Amino acid sequence: MISDAIDNEQVELLLNDVLETHGYDFLEYSHASIKRRITRLYALDNFVSFAEFRYTVKTDKQYFKRFLEEITVNVTEMFRDPSFYKALREDVLPVLGTYPFIRIWVAGCSTGEEAYSLAIVLKELNLLNKSLIYATDINPSVLDKAKKGMFPLNYLKQYSENYLQSGGLKDFSTYYTANYSLAKFDETLNSKMIFSTHNLVSDHSFNEFQLILCRNVLIYFDKELQHKVFNLFDGSIEKLGYLALGSKESLEFWPKAKEYKRIRLEKIWRKL
Amino acid sequence: MAQTVKSGSCAALIIGGSAGSLDVLLEIFPNLKNDLNFPIVLVVHRKASNESLLTDLLQSRTKLKVREAEEKEFLTAGKVFIAPADYHTLIEDDGSISLDYSEKVNYSRPSIDVTFQAAAEVFKEKVVCILLSGSNADGVEGLKSVNNYGGKVVIQNPNTAIMPYMPQQAVLGVRPHVILDSHEMADFINNLND
Repeated sequence: MISDAIDNEQVELLLNDVLETHGYDFLEYSHASIKRRITRLYALDNFVSFAEFRYTVKTDKQYFKRFLEEITVNVTEMFRDPSFYKALREDVLPVLGTYPFIRIWVAGCSTGEEAYSLAIVLKELNLLNKSLIYATDINPSVLDKAKKGMFPLNYLKQYSENYLQSGGLKDFSTYYTANYSLAKFDETLNSKMIFSTHNLVSDHSFNEFQLILCRNVLIYFDKELQHKVFNLFDGSIEKLGYLALGSKESLEFWPKAKEYKRIRLEKIWRKL
Repeated sequence: MAQTVKSGSCAALIIGGSAGSLDVLLEIFPNLKNDLNFPIVLVVHRKASNESLLTDLLQSRTKLKVREAEEKEFLTAGKVFIAPADYHTLIEDDGSISLDYSEKVNYSRPSIDVTFQAAAEVFKEKVVCILLSGSNADGVEGLKSVNNYGGKVVIQNPNTAIMPYMPQQAVLGVRPHVILDSHEMADFINNLND
């Protein structure tokens, strides 16, 4: 059984170690979720005691890489929520197309599926050439995967359906070549991407953007941290720029929310 | 079995179901009291599309407020919170909801195990979890946690479930507080805190 192995106090001890030793601050993550990830990893890696787990996380740099990758959630999809991508294609990106240059930040990009989806839409709107997508994540190992632009072939049927539902006009298979069990995406797509680590908890704003996409990241943060990150985004979005969130995330309770206007029924807001 | 439950002993009721559970819910909901003094959380396996269908169906059959659970919202008594499709629903120590888009559990998101386990850890002996009809074993591990924390495990009688596999697995693996037919459930729920 995977539950009950680690209690709240132990979670706190471990997260304090991680902050002191490795400089990553998970203390303001939503507790139930982070506790579940930790418990899951503890069981998965067959530690005999919490003390051993704690010691390994603290002292073994190699293991800490795995810890970081496993306690953050890296489940993502291409064209996740097709109606969201339809709104980007029809309402948001054409407006940005009137600018001489488009800067987009995909915050918490994980293995890159959303960044590649965005690049495909930009390409179909003939905007990719004047765009730059900054794709960042807390986790260096997922960024290595994102740079390669290779995704498991068995997901492509779903991605292709999502793409068509989102208003995609082409045969989705023209964007990749199948290579054993992987689909390698067209290199023109990631020629306009810059990958970098960025920690939303501790790192500052690094540019001004017309669109920030941060989907299914904030659900893992507690309310205060969510508001801090909204402030960080607010300081990184140009006037009349856009902020796009996951399907269950909202600006609603953030004090500055009234300075933003919601687009359609999607989780997209425009800075006024 | 089915000893009387002490007053105020239910802090939250979690109901999990899969294939064949909708009929049971539609039978339970019209018969629920309007003033239940605990929240109900529903975790039902379903496709990600048709987002509001389940909420609307159940709302039309009860005066209790039925809504899809929102991120960081507090569970409040007398309301029904439906775990959104394609997210796991977790519960924080302060009784608020966290959603989670991590890997599927038992090929399911929402997973019943995930919510049962979270509820058991937070509400301990004051949680009541009901597992309904279904054709996979999601929920069984969660009920074991409920057992461990002293909460109450209720299982739909597999002999009268449309899909008996899920309740059967539970009966084999967990100590139930009571096994109920679908027509007995509304009464059981109404009397939880009396």
